[in-house]
Order: sequence, then structure tokens, then C-alpha cells
Amino acid sequence: MNKEVLIRLNGISKAYDGETVLDHIDLEIHDKEFMTLLGPSGCGKTTTLRMIGGFETPDEGDVFFDGKRFNDVPPYQRQVNTVFQRYALFPHLNVFDNIAFGLRIQKRPDAEIKTKVKDMLALVNLKGFERRKVSTLSGGQQQRVAIARALINQPKVLLLDEPLAALDLKLRKDMQNELKNIQHQTGITFIYVTHDQEEALSMSDTVVVMAHGQIQQIGTPTDIYNEPINAFVADFIGESNIVDGIMLDDYRVKLAGHIFDCVDKGFGKNEPVDVVIRPEDVDVVATEKGMLRGLVTAVTFKGVHYEIIVDVKGFKWMIQTTDFVAEGETIGLSIDPDAFHIMKKSEFSGMFGDYSSFSDELEKLSDVTEEIEEE
Amino acid sequence: MKFLSKFYIVIIFLILYAPILVVILFSFNESGSLSNFTGFSLYWYEDLFRNDEALTALKNSLVLAVFSSILATVLGTLAAFSISRAKNKYYRRAMESVSNIPMMNPDIVTGVSMMLLFVGVAQFAKAGSYLGFWTMLIAHTTFNLPYVILSVLPKFRQMDKSLTEAALDLGCTPVQTLFRVELPYIMPGIVSGLMMSFTLSLDDFVISHFVSSPDFKTLPLYIYTQTAHEVKFSMYALCTILIFVILFLLIAVNVAGSMGEHRARKKAGKIMMGGK
Repeated sequence: MNKEVLIRLNGISKAYDGETVLDHIDLEIHDKEFMTLLGPSGCGKTTTLRMIGGFETPDEGDVFFDGKRFNDVPPYQRQVNTVFQRYALFPHLNVFDNIAFGLRIQKRPDAEIKTKVKDMLALVNLKGFERRKVSTLSGGQQQRVAIARALINQPKVLLLDEPLAALDLKLRKDMQNELKNIQHQTGITFIYVTHDQEEALSMSDTVVVMAHGQIQQIGTPTDIYNEPINAFVADFIGESNIVDGIMLDDYRVKLAGHIFDCVDKGFGKNEPVDVVIRPEDVDVVATEKGMLRGLVTAVTFKGVHYEIIVDVKGFKWMIQTTDFVAEGETIGLSIDPDAFHIMKKSEFSGMFGDYSSFSDELEKLSDVTEEIEEE
Repeated sequence: MKFLSKFYIVIIFLILYAPILVVILFSFNESGSLSNFTGFSLYWYEDLFRNDEALTALKNSLVLAVFSSILATVLGTLAAFSISRAKNKYYRRAMESVSNIPMMNPDIVTGVSMMLLFVGVAQFAKAGSYLGFWTMLIAHTTFNLPYVILSVLPKFRQMDKSLTEAALDLGCTPVQTLFRVELPYIMPGIVSGLMMSFTLSLDDFVISHFVSSPDFKTLPLYIYTQTAHEVKFSMYALCTILIFVILFLLIAVNVAGSMGEHRARKKAGKIMMGGK
């Protein structure tokens, strides 16, 4: 991949009514990269995007584009285009005129506009939709028009603000693939904002995890999943058990009263740490063979596997297993050394990773509240 | 039950439209009598068009309505634009309420205060005959303004903020954004504000009564002076013409609106069928 830095954010801060939204953000975005800003609502990801689009100005810090300071350049002079969350198609124009809008502003000749719009419609799979009113289109089709309208200006960077949030699951998956294809075909840098970790992992070259107006971690999807930097990232990306542990020595960690071998090193002797164990990395074995013993308190059938909650000395673990175990059974747990991921203690320690209050219902409820907050 | 409800609606419409129907009917009455209809004739229409004073009043009314409604629409749209853009919530609400108050104000109060204002200004400027077209224009524009704001402001409020941002994003300067995206979006509000102003201006009597002069009479003022002596049947003809003009305007606006929609839908249907 081309490693030329296209956009650089330098110590960006922003506050609304005294409430800090962004707290000294530093970020580099490379040419032709698919970068995702990921985080819960209110983490500052959309504000960061709007700063690049030119709709917000930083209180502190600088935005550089191609090496030039960009803070006070208005949106209409930036080589950046945006796909808005609610599409923002112009209701008085049809599909053709919506897509042609940017070129018409640039006063390009009609013939050029015609061919370019045609190409764009082909790119987003909407051939033959030229004369349709935008209000007669489905959500997915409107989103495609919004993407075509933004791409026709051949921007250096395309900003996408939760573009798939309003679509249903099936359509969302299709559009994820399509967006990825479009990015490959056009070679344009994509900056994508989402609160959906699965979307972030499956689409991006680089994921930026944000919380409380700060960047928690920047890395490839595999890095972020396998080597989360703190309890927040570990919990936000996928499911994880986050257990208090003590790093006795290099490669030896003590948790839940048992000393395990692990593959991490470089911590102080007897340093308290957070230990991440993914639910799929714990094996269920007979009690006498287990490194740990626990009582099964809940079993949920998930199709590919069972999701069970196991009480180990008062701490509830989530474990995914393909073997059926019954509620109330005592089982043994076995964990391979490379399944442990050791993290330094952080401000998020102890806030995440315990499944004692876990239930599917609760999970869904919290999803709903998040969506309402987005409004 | 069904019969009763139908009957009820008929009664309501009868009560609403009976006076108008009477006027229309008797404008065609040959004899010029309200007690018996002797035969169909266009005599009173001819009489009307021979009456220069009535025609001048009609012309005055139309000129005044056109100019005052256009002026009010331009000013009101600009006002609505800036009210909707105000950052401070309290200031915005205050502006909305202040612009609504003149609508509640009794016409008689508005009329008298307008007259006092004009008298005061005229004395200050030592002007002689001051009441006439210009004072009428100022008065009509003023009482039309709140209605325009009332019909345009909700459109601005409905508009998704990201529409404006999308236009800026695609290369429009703020001025281009206003003309290419924001104005087309609020156009229905502007049109209905314009229509309302036009009819209000055409119709106003009370305020006009205070700020006009004998040499600039609008239709309502003229009709009033006529009816003070005796009701001329040519006035019936005049009212009938007005009723049909306004009816025609209303139908035209509605048909134009629904035709536009219908055409778009038909086109969309054709493409959909062709695509499959």
C-alpha cells in the first residue's frame, strides 16, 4: 500500500458548551487507505469526520491536507466529499440531476456530465434509474445515489458517516462488500465512521478505536482484535473475558488462583495486569483435567456454538463451545498459552469484561438506546 | 346514520355557499330585483364595464395586491431565513413570537396606528397630501409579512441541515447553496405565502380604510361607498367575477402541483417496468 500521508490531524481539541468532545487527537491518514473510526456514540468519531469535511473547526490543533494547513478552508474548497448518514439527497432533483450536481457547479460540458453520470450509475449498480425521483427509491438505492453523487467529483478522500446504519442487516452486508469493491476500483481514500465493530473489522485497512474523545488504539483489524491495548478496546471489539491477573514473570501469569503459561513478556515482576481471554479460546474439559473449575449458570444456543456463562470463583466467564453442557453442571476449563493477551492496567480496568449481568435481552436494550442517542 | 351524516354535510355546505350562490345567481338577473328572478342577462356585467370608477378600483386593487404580496414575500422569506439561522435558541423563539403578534392584532388597531404613523411622518416631513398608493403599499406589505413568515419558516425548520452541508460539500458557495438547494426546498412555502398575501391584500377593508385617500380607492373601499347608498346590481357582477378569479387561481395552483407529481410518478413507473 502507498504510505504517503494525505491527512494529518495534529493535537485536535473541540468542546461544545464546555463539554470536551475531542481531546488532543493525533491521526495520520494515508493515501488510498480504508480507515474506519470506530467507537460508541459520543466518542467523537463523527466530529473528527466533520472536521476533515470542513463542517467543524478545531478549537485547538491543526488539520493538514497534503501537507498544507487546512483549518479554515471552507467545505466547498476541499477535495473531500461526504456521504451523509441520512443520504441528504436533494428532493427537488431526480437521480441524474442529484449525481450531476457537483459537475454542474463546476460548469462542465453537458456531454462530459452525461457520460460521467452514466459511469457512476454503472459503478453503483443503478443503471436506468436516471429519471427516477429520489423519493421513489428504497433506502439502499438512495444510499447508492449518495455515494455516486460524492464520487463523481473524484475527491481525494471520501468521508462516510455511518452510511449503512439505516439499512437492514442483509442489505448492509451486501453494501459492505460493494463499498469495499468501489474503494478498490476507484483508489480513493475512504474514511468511514461506524459504531458497528463487525463492519469495521470486515471492511477496513486501518481501524481507529475511539472513546471519550480520545483515540484508544490504531491498527489493522487483526491487531485490534488480537492485541487490544486496554480493557475498553478488548470489550468493544468482539466478546472478551477481562480478568485481573498478576504477571509473575515473563511468560507466567497468575489469575483466578492458578498460574498459567503465556506468550507475553516485558512487564514488571508481579505487576498487576488485565488479562483478555476470548470466549472461543477456552476449552471445556472434564473437571479433573481442567486448569480452572466452574459452575455453568446459563446456556444459550447460538447455532454454530453454545454460549455458556461459567462462574469461576465469583467471576463469570463467557465461553463458546460446540459441546453441549447443561446448566448447573460443574466443568473444567483449559486455556492454551497463546490464548492469553496481557494488557497494562488503564482507566478502563475493572469496567468491562465480566459477564455476571450479561443477557441477550440487555445487549439488545443497550443497542436500542445507542440508536436513540444517535438521533 | 349514513344518511344523516351525508345530510349534515349537505347542510353545512349549503350554509357556507348559499350567500355566494345568491350573489352569482342575481348578478345574472335581468330585472335588477332581489325578490324575483325575471330572466338571464349579462346586463349588469356590461353596466360594470361601462363604469370607469369601478374598473379603476379593480385595477388599483390588483396592482396593490401584486406589488404588496411580492414585496411581503421577498421580505418575509429573508426574515424567515435569518430567524431559522439564528444560533441562540431564545433569540429565535422571541423573533418567532414577535413576528406572529401582528396577526392577532385586531385590524382596527393596526389601521388606526398605521394612520397615526403616516400622519406623524407627514407632519414631520411637512408633506401635503400623503395618503394614497404608497401608504397603502406600506400598510399591505406590513400586514402580509407575518403570514409569509408563518408559511415559510416551517419549511426552513423541516429542511435537513445535511442538505445544506451536502451542497457545500459538493462545491457550492453559501450563495449558490441558497439558490440551488435551499430556495427550491422552501418554494412551496413561498408560493403559499404569496397566494395568501395576494388574497389578503385584495380582501382588506379595515386597514385600507384608514390609510387610503379618495383618489386611490381599492375595490372593497369602492364597493363599500356604493352600498352606502343603494346596492347596485353591477356590484353583484363584480363580486361574481372576483369569486371566479380566485376559484380559478386556486384550481390552477392545485392542478399544477398534482400534475407535477403525477408526471414524475408516471415516468418512474415506466422506467421501473422497462428495467425489469
